[in-house]
Amino acid sequence: MPKSTIATIDWLTVLLFILLVGFGWGNIYSSSLEDKAFSLTDFSQVYAKQAIWIVLTLVLIIMTQAIEAKFYEQFAGLIYVISILSLLGLFLFGKTISGATSWYQFGPASLQPSEFAKAATALALAKFLSDMQTNIKYINHQLRAFLIIALPALIIIPQPDPGSALVYAAFFFPLYREGLAASYLIIGASATVLFILTLLFKPLWVVLAITGIIIIYLILKRKQKPKVSRFLLALIVITGFCFSVNYIFNNVFEQRHRDRFNIVLGKEVDAKGIGYNTNQSQIAIGSGGWTGKGWKEGTQTKGGFVPEQHTDYIFSTVGEEWGFLGATLIIVLFVALLLRLIHLAERQKTQFSRVYGYSVVGILFIHFAINIGMVTGLMPTIGIPLPFFSYGGSGLWGFTILLFIFIKLDANRVNEW
Amino acid sequence: MRKLLLYLIIVTTGLVFVGRLFYLQIYNTSFASLSEDNAIKVIYDYPQRGSIYDRNGKLLVTNQPSYDVMVIPRELKPFDTLEFCSILNITKEKLKKQLRKARVYSPRVPSIVIPQLTKDEYAYLQEKMRKFEGFYIQKRSLRDYHTTNAANVLGYIGEVNDAIISKDPYYLSGDLIGIDGVEKQYEKELRGLKGVKRIQKDRFNRDIGPYKNGRYDTLPVNGKDLTITIDADLQAYGQKLMINKRGGIVALEPSTGEILAMVTAPTYKPELLVGRKRSPNFTKLYYDTIAKPLFDRGVKGEYPPGSPFKTINALIGLQEGIVDTKESFSCRMGYYYGKKGTKLGCHSHRGPLNMIPGIANSCNAYFANVYRRIIEKYDTPQEGVETWRKHVQSFGLGNYLGNDLAAGSRGKVPTAEYYNKIYNYPTYKWYSTATISNAIGQGEVLATPIQLANMTAAIGNKGHFYTPHIIKAIDGKPIENENYTIPKQTTIEKEHFEPVVEGMHQVYTNGTASFLQVKGIDICGKTGTAENFTRINGEKVQLTDHSVFVAFAPKNNPKIALAVFVENGYWGARYAGRIASLMIEKHINGEISRTDLEDWVLTHSLEEEYAKPYSGEPFKINQ
Repeated sequence: MPKSTIATIDWLTVLLFILLVGFGWGNIYSSSLEDKAFSLTDFSQVYAKQAIWIVLTLVLIIMTQAIEAKFYEQFAGLIYVISILSLLGLFLFGKTISGATSWYQFGPASLQPSEFAKAATALALAKFLSDMQTNIKYINHQLRAFLIIALPALIIIPQPDPGSALVYAAFFFPLYREGLAASYLIIGASATVLFILTLLFKPLWVVLAITGIIIIYLILKRKQKPKVSRFLLALIVITGFCFSVNYIFNNVFEQRHRDRFNIVLGKEVDAKGIGYNTNQSQIAIGSGGWTGKGWKEGTQTKGGFVPEQHTDYIFSTVGEEWGFLGATLIIVLFVALLLRLIHLAERQKTQFSRVYGYSVVGILFIHFAINIGMVTGLMPTIGIPLPFFSYGGSGLWGFTILLFIFIKLDANRVNEW
Repeated sequence: MRKLLLYLIIVTTGLVFVGRLFYLQIYNTSFASLSEDNAIKVIYDYPQRGSIYDRNGKLLVTNQPSYDVMVIPRELKPFDTLEFCSILNITKEKLKKQLRKARVYSPRVPSIVIPQLTKDEYAYLQEKMRKFEGFYIQKRSLRDYHTTNAANVLGYIGEVNDAIISKDPYYLSGDLIGIDGVEKQYEKELRGLKGVKRIQKDRFNRDIGPYKNGRYDTLPVNGKDLTITIDADLQAYGQKLMINKRGGIVALEPSTGEILAMVTAPTYKPELLVGRKRSPNFTKLYYDTIAKPLFDRGVKGEYPPGSPFKTINALIGLQEGIVDTKESFSCRMGYYYGKKGTKLGCHSHRGPLNMIPGIANSCNAYFANVYRRIIEKYDTPQEGVETWRKHVQSFGLGNYLGNDLAAGSRGKVPTAEYYNKIYNYPTYKWYSTATISNAIGQGEVLATPIQLANMTAAIGNKGHFYTPHIIKAIDGKPIENENYTIPKQTTIEKEHFEPVVEGMHQVYTNGTASFLQVKGIDICGKTGTAENFTRINGEKVQLTDHSVFVAFAPKNNPKIALAVFVENGYWGARYAGRIASLMIEKHINGEISRTDLEDWVLTHSLEEEYAKPYSGEPFKINQ
């Protein structure tokens, strides 16, 4: 008989979760406030709906804690398959909201299966990596791991919801933690830098500059007789990459994607058009000053200048109404939660729990980094929610399940040996 | 290492975000002001500008509604431009230009197409307005003049310029402000305080209610009504007399220092500088550099005072004890001084004269003697001139009067320092005779008509004056400004005024102005004839003398003191004296018995005289 896991739940994580959800609701309330009287039962009000979603997470939390921890490991494959099917089903039964066919309609509520697919993928990856026979150092195992991760992403992209698909890059973190070669990291980072350089300057100039650096390097090190052929190969790859980036950016990307990158790179300034969101969001945050204008007092928030403010741009309300201090507090809470989760992941006795834990950290981190980066104008506009904070039932439920499965796994460590 | 990487990435990301927030919220303040701009609309509620009344409660200036045709470019629908243009009496090109300008400024925000329609234009257009979608009419307030006179006193209002906007945050682009006269001087009282309403807007620029429930909103405070010291009837009469002449009249009430009339000629009607006509009219007035209608000669024109200044020298002589009323000086058609026997000429009169007939007959030789004695009483001419100067300045000459007029000039009373400089002292010495012109109010002394009127009031009051001022009451409450209610003392003792006043009385009874007497009024006056010069093609050319006259009446407890200056009017009694007598009679009796004088003044013009220097031909003066 396994021991009860109630006593070993990590209450610090739970506390951080409650703080973020509570503060999030307060800001949703402020940003969706209308002239109507306060009512939690008037479901035309965004804040009332969100309150219902929050209350219902209690059911989810109890369910995740009541289920035997072993269940997640044993049924990871099945959960993953169901999840993939639910994503595929969207092509047949999906409901289109603001351009993306990502929802199932259930009466008055709609659910977004991609929000739940993250947890399913994390379970499947954890299951695969913790298999005795899996060794991430083997290339064919790497390919299978990539396939598990890429499958849901590839289904989500054409919905189209490239933002949600991008989140699957988060699984790089558990893979790396489990021994994936560092060269992937280096290649990934180099590719990102080359990508940005190519957009900023012409690909020809980037290639010429790199060629120049290589030639100087070879001349300086000529006494050690470096292998020129290797550098030549690298140069060919880089050249191919740069020109294909240029080609893809200009011919495959749609104009709106190009615009988003150009605005962050400072190549275009268009405060009324495509840059409107980012610009208004920065204005709202900037007007907050040290301590903000106070809860429900944000003039930008009230005026509805920031589009999607209660969903993806909720952090701009924090910035305007709670100022630098409030916004910093939220960042500190997120960082604290992420660091706490790493700590929990590291103390797991099973590889399954650890991989899952790292997956949770990776997913939450990617959301946190991209969302706040976007709202503060550091990143291109990629529409993904801020975990626990943004309005939206599917998102909240998805993140809650993701987190509390891990809390359950962690609490269950007393039964592992 | 593999454990650390994610730690590092997370902490770094957190720090980058905090840094970014610091930049957006604390370091870079431009975001804060942008937010104020686009989320809150500020609407100003303009109060009525105060009205202006004359001393008898006659309304001079108030407000009239005016109508601006406004356009919101993006709401514009195709319309009959021809009809629109013909109603408003503008060309199609002008309309097109205005619409283009409005669109460039903002397609959403209203712009003025045609400013300040008259009531008639408005009435006609209003009926047809529904045909022209995108246009609407906005009411504004304009000045409405109930007088055609006193433009120089009242001043005018106009839009604030950038310099004022940057200096005083109260004013916004397009606000009106007093630019001259009472409108400028009492701007703060007249304008009141505009009310502010802050409206929270949403992203479609729609109003969604008062910002913070109107906690920061204010109500407008109406402007205060002013009562000024001007007597509108006397002012009107003065302006009528000065038609076809150039110069100024300033009339004061000696017992209070209140300015009864302040005439400058030529002048203009105040309504010329209102509304749509203001700009072209102002340009026309401004560029008339010959007649200078915008130049207020009564307060800004600096002229040699001429003979009226002799009264001051007589008073200083008595005060310094270097002459009494009995001593006579001989006059041989002038006063001869210096080794070469230079002559300060005089006109023909009986002689020798003592003080009272000296004043009455305006004998140059008499005052040359008195002046020399004043200067030579002291060891050095420097000390003498300084003593003399202090006495002169105690009459308010040679400096700003400290009044509440928007314009003014210092005039000039020379100092010893000034003479030291021009005579290159101590290399060369100078003596009292070098400054002898001061004896008869020529030479270095300059005064404005208002200074001379004030000097005359001080004589009439026998030793003190009240600083001349234009304000009488604000919102019905009489002013309590001590600068205007406490008299200023001259350095001359009261007893010395008696003979001088008597001399000025005899100017009328048997002196240079005897033909100007008004039955039943004891007038004291002094004629003046001031030489003056101009430059034609770089050459100094003498012009016909200025006609100057100062007077107060009645002799005891005077009700009016005035100075009249008529440029190139020849001798003092000719123009200025006649005008002064008529003004006094008008003020004291309310009607004119000396219709012969009035007819003469109204029918005589000096335009021919003024045209002489510009004719390009040689001309004769003093005809």
